[in-house]
Amino acid sequence: MTKKYDSIVIGGGHNGLVCAAYLAKAGQKVIVLEANEKVGGMAITSELGGVKVPTVAHIARAVHPKVIKDLGLNIEIAKANIPMIALNTDGQHLKFKGDQVSGMNGAIVSAEDIKGYKSVHRNLQRFAKFLSPMMEAKAPKLKNRDREDTWNLIKLGVKLRLLGKQDMQEFLRIALLNIGDLLEDNIDNKQLIGAAAMDACWGTHLAPRSPGSVLTAMYRETGDMKGTRGAAHIVKGGMGNITDKLLKICTDLGVNVQTNAKVSKIVVEDDCVKGVELDGGEIITAENISSNADPRRTMLDMVGAEHLDINFTRRINNIRDKGDTAKVNLVLDRLPSFKGLSEEDLKARLLVCPDILYAEHAFNHCKYGEMAAKPALEITIPSVSDSSLVNDGKHVMSIVAQYAPYKLKAGWSEDTRNQLFENVIKVLEQYAPDIRECIDVSETLSPADIAKRFNNSGGHWHHVEMQVDQMLMNRPIHGAAQYNTPIEGLYLCGAGAHPGGNVTGVPGMNAAKRILSQKK
Amino acid sequence: MKKYDAIVVGAGHNGLTTASFMAKAGLNVLVVEKNDYVGGAACSLELHPNWTYSNCSYVCSLLRPEIVRDLNLPSYGLQVVPYSGGGTFMANGDHLAHYTDHDAYRQEVARHSKRDSEAYERFSTFLSKQCRFVKPLLMRMAPDPTSFNPRDLHELMFLAKRFDEFSEADMHETIRFWTMSVAEFLEEYFESDVVKATIAGAGIIGTALGPMSPGTAYVLLHHYMGEVDGNIGAWGFARGGMGAISKALAVCFKDHGGKIVMGSGVDQILVKNGRAVGVALENGNEYYSDTIVSNADVKRTFLQHVERKQLPEDFVRKVERFKIRGSSGKLNIALDGMPTFTGVEDNHPMLNGDMHFTDSLERMERAYDDWKNGTWSKDPYVDMLIPTRTDPTMTPPGKHYMTVFIQYAPYELANGESWDGPARDGLAQSVIDQIAERSPNFKDLILHYECRTPWDIEQEAGITEGNIFQGELTFDQLLFNRPVPGYAQYRSPIKGLWMCGSSTHPGGGVMAAPGANAAREILRDMGAKQTVRG
Amino acid sequence: MSIAIERSKLGIKETPFFPRLKELSTTAHWEHWGGYLSPSELESLELEYFAIRSNATVFDISPMCKYRIQGPDAEKFMNRLITRDVRKVKSGRVSYVVWCNDEGHLLDDGTIFRFGDDDFRLCCQERQWDWLISAKLGFDVQITEETDEIAAIQFQGPTTCWFLKQLGLEGVENLKTFDLKYFDWNGNQLLVSRTGFTGDLGYELWIENKKALDLWDALFALKDERHIRAIGSGALNLARIEAGFLAPHVDFLSADHVIRSTRGRTPFEIGLGWQVDFNKGQFNGRRALLKSQKDKTDRYCFVGFEIDGNKPADHSLIYYKKKQEIGHFTSAMWSPTLKMNIGMALLKLPYGDSVQEELWTEIYTEKELKYDVTMAKLKVTDRPFFRNKRRTATPPADF
Repeated sequence: MTKKYDSIVIGGGHNGLVCAAYLAKAGQKVIVLEANEKVGGMAITSELGGVKVPTVAHIARAVHPKVIKDLGLNIEIAKANIPMIALNTDGQHLKFKGDQVSGMNGAIVSAEDIKGYKSVHRNLQRFAKFLSPMMEAKAPKLKNRDREDTWNLIKLGVKLRLLGKQDMQEFLRIALLNIGDLLEDNIDNKQLIGAAAMDACWGTHLAPRSPGSVLTAMYRETGDMKGTRGAAHIVKGGMGNITDKLLKICTDLGVNVQTNAKVSKIVVEDDCVKGVELDGGEIITAENISSNADPRRTMLDMVGAEHLDINFTRRINNIRDKGDTAKVNLVLDRLPSFKGLSEEDLKARLLVCPDILYAEHAFNHCKYGEMAAKPALEITIPSVSDSSLVNDGKHVMSIVAQYAPYKLKAGWSEDTRNQLFENVIKVLEQYAPDIRECIDVSETLSPADIAKRFNNSGGHWHHVEMQVDQMLMNRPIHGAAQYNTPIEGLYLCGAGAHPGGNVTGVPGMNAAKRILSQKK
Repeated sequence: MKKYDAIVVGAGHNGLTTASFMAKAGLNVLVVEKNDYVGGAACSLELHPNWTYSNCSYVCSLLRPEIVRDLNLPSYGLQVVPYSGGGTFMANGDHLAHYTDHDAYRQEVARHSKRDSEAYERFSTFLSKQCRFVKPLLMRMAPDPTSFNPRDLHELMFLAKRFDEFSEADMHETIRFWTMSVAEFLEEYFESDVVKATIAGAGIIGTALGPMSPGTAYVLLHHYMGEVDGNIGAWGFARGGMGAISKALAVCFKDHGGKIVMGSGVDQILVKNGRAVGVALENGNEYYSDTIVSNADVKRTFLQHVERKQLPEDFVRKVERFKIRGSSGKLNIALDGMPTFTGVEDNHPMLNGDMHFTDSLERMERAYDDWKNGTWSKDPYVDMLIPTRTDPTMTPPGKHYMTVFIQYAPYELANGESWDGPARDGLAQSVIDQIAERSPNFKDLILHYECRTPWDIEQEAGITEGNIFQGELTFDQLLFNRPVPGYAQYRSPIKGLWMCGSSTHPGGGVMAAPGANAAREILRDMGAKQTVRG
Repeated sequence: MSIAIERSKLGIKETPFFPRLKELSTTAHWEHWGGYLSPSELESLELEYFAIRSNATVFDISPMCKYRIQGPDAEKFMNRLITRDVRKVKSGRVSYVVWCNDEGHLLDDGTIFRFGDDDFRLCCQERQWDWLISAKLGFDVQITEETDEIAAIQFQGPTTCWFLKQLGLEGVENLKTFDLKYFDWNGNQLLVSRTGFTGDLGYELWIENKKALDLWDALFALKDERHIRAIGSGALNLARIEAGFLAPHVDFLSADHVIRSTRGRTPFEIGLGWQVDFNKGQFNGRRALLKSQKDKTDRYCFVGFEIDGNKPADHSLIYYKKKQEIGHFTSAMWSPTLKMNIGMALLKLPYGDSVQEELWTEIYTEKELKYDVTMAKLKVTDRPFFRNKRRTATPPADF
């Protein structure tokens, strides 16, 4: 029997589309199957109250330059390299741009702290640069290596040495450190530390005092999208614009992209993939399948334990993939007035985390299955930079709120979702007192809502928690960490694969390369 | 002017170990100690008439057998007696007891979860693999990965070879284990709260981390890799209290011709032309030697006892950021008799070991939340033992001594309150109340108690911030990072000034490995007779 | 608040047959088996051994772990767990099976009893609850442990069928080897399987705990007509070596319990390659075993030997050309029936496989506090060492 396609890509998230595009470029006949009515996964722009909102992801930092170049992906930026403003109830905010930090409205940052921040920033960037080549290759195996693995390990060792004695020492010291300690070693200003620390923890089950949060900070800095490492950009038309363009690239390359096509099962015969079965019972056959779905869903729900070994399923089942990050999207009748911020300032990323203890207190709740009473917030108002999103003078506010656990003890319901919304707005009111009056329409997405809407297991931003025990050769687990799985022809190409989450396209690119290199 | 071959600052168990090995090599060694007794935090003190308290450290398992043997410590009076039992009293009146007998323990765990009773074996096997990997590293110098020195490369190869002995799956598991939180790690094996909490205790003792903080799984290993007579994970009492270890070391040291000067601490380590030349004591006495070995923690040694101008600025900065936050307290209690505990019969084997009251990871983590807030835990995790059920030497017959280790207590209270006042009693009361809730006659039996906060431990044992490990056991301060990168091999930037305390590799606990390893390096450098194996 | 905790004494438990065993034990040689007290010898190892080969013997196997696996996915579940094709085991049959971890290393061996399309019992030495529960993920099965509910004896020897007929088990003589059948006995359900560990005619009898002593007494009530003897593990072990069966902890270690990564063994390495059915589809460890077969990475083989002389070679090291150490005996004995010195050994490949000449073993024997060492020559021998037609004859003779 001849297979209908060379490759099936399950899930039309940005990584799935990138993977499909690479495969199609190499001459493969590819079909993308997306369960929702629109491709894009968590990087989409959706309609809410007549305007366009970034449903989940709202900032582009890290779409990989190679992906941009190879696929001819032209991302239009509404506002590049936006600063971060750490809000203060008195209006004495701090403004971060690159390695610079300055006080606003009379806030004082000492010269030592400015220097301290610069040095931390420098180190993070330097180490991120050291780490980035590792992201572009498959994570090396430690035993039973192939030549590429060994070569990558040697390269890594040499590069580490090339950092020089001092930087190498510093890297080995801070790699697993917590961001709070690192900042406190160099900086005294509590507000500065709080904001910079929290900024390392978005999308993770980490707080500033959790070891490993330096690594997530480095990971964030690996993004080098527009020539400014670690910079954040507002995309014109919202994040959906990126995936819309990827969709166009795919279709131009002849990829068959099917929406409303939910895969219920991956058909496995004799340890090899045969194809997939859709919800309606239709079977589509292909030589290879790459799954942009999260590893748990892919392996346990779609493949099924009967085709897998027991310790393997044990490990899959132990993956930590429950998200702690909620999203609140507001459609505003007018711009709220933030104390001490001009309209130009509102193009920035606004951060609410006055100090480390604030973040820790917010995190404490989530350890016990409660939502934070006073969440830490990351806010953007993309409509200030991009008027194409709105009309009639309306505005869009996009709020990332931490922490709210996927597994809420009380359970996620209309009531608890409202509670979450209230908690967020109450915090916000301290900085923008008229926020409530400005709200026209709102949307609150708990991790459970994100899970349901985007078909991922724990509603996690990165599909799989970004901690060192779930990174590199352990991402998502041993036995599925080099994009291929125990099932021949089945690959993982989503954020659950190395190097991990954020809108980078790298897992998709790497998976495609792996598939092509393994083709007989 | 008399000149010693070496002067050791501080007569803690590590200082005495270094001193003994050096004296055994035929060197003329002086130990200076600020207290009137030896031992530092490994001491036995009579704080209530006829009651001997192991007032700081209280159990041992990590004390390396090769050191005991090579210094012939049993002939100087040291006896380590293993204890059994222990367990957790649960809030619902039930308990999880530890039994030495394999089948009895399995059945006991099975009362709480059948699955956990069997997963425990899988868990033990995994830990044994890790112990097997890490144990040979304890008595070796930690290699510097940034160095091209043949010895470092050789040691790195040794490490790589050990690692390569793991199966592929175990390799990956090892990386995970060394970086995960103990809570998440245990979650992969166990379902019962009390089982997880009972095991997790070893992952937080002495750390400034909660069970849910990444990195705590390793701390668990640090407590498991100890042994008594080859029984990995077993713990024991030193007969006569922990001071018996220091005492035996001191007698051994003196027997090899060493001299100990007590009662006055070091004011300054004298440095001339970038070389250590001697020490000046607080009482004005000065002693001279080209080799000074500090048993004090790295912060105290270099920030208090060495002039800043003598040290490279970069080194000072590294020392300044060394993490040595105190997180534990101690309560020592003289009891008029054996307390009874509801739910277990008198003489239950559980009472012979380490007892706890924290029956879930959530309670344990909440205790840590208090620490983060700068207060002591209102519902603390305690490690409670009654050594006199095993050791007849510490109290009059029929009476008992109870040692209670308390986690967490911060070094500095957030409200600025001093520990030296009602706060200390507040901490003691929260612990006493916790015990009394389960032991109706406990309060009536108390003859005397003394409570030690991190501040007290600093005052008495001289450890900065009262951190029991002389520095936290997080990855940024382990192996080649301990105490600070570039100086992890017992040497310091000052020629002739060495470190031998728990601030150095392999870290805290009454293990004596740092002391022995330091002695090995010093003797090697001096070209003296090598008395330390390895 | 304190609540009363119901707690029986923890530690070693007694099996349902213990009261009888205790009466019969004159040597008081007991051992611990899976948390139960089990006799290693009751009166005389020698008498007990010979009773297996010439009479009827009773060995209490109640401590065996027994798991019931039921439900729509039971067959699928079992087939993924073990290396053989469960679909070939028909209802009413028993099968010897082994199972492996993901690396293809042996976890344990045991027997499965198939009671129906979706109803199995797994019997084994090592506890498997943790493994079975992990294996259950994604399968619609119920797993229950029956270890403490079901008493069992191994009833072995040439006259055992006669005894069972005397009990009134109609048609028991028609049971073929590896058949199982429920009999109505005095109103009780008595499960009889024609299985055992001795290589001789024999049965295993399974009954609920509270009827255990009745069964025992009914069998021993016949003792005046024909000899029947309770035995300990020592005698059984001799018979099992003669029969060439492997014992866990002796001939192999469960891969879940090994600390050193090189101590796990594939079924092929311990002579159980015939258990592995690569054609049946996925089973646990299949990929690793396929790879090890393809890449020829197996390092050991398991071989039966006839040993020169009469000194038992248990644990003795084996040398090639008397010089190069190549393995050791895991089980060995002087066979009283065969009058032959036999043993089973683990050898580094290719020794024992393509190289079978010039193999020697170094046997230490103690003679009045003095040790002698002899080099004995080895001859590769087929297993089982002991073969007798009565094991499989159906219907069996009365003696």
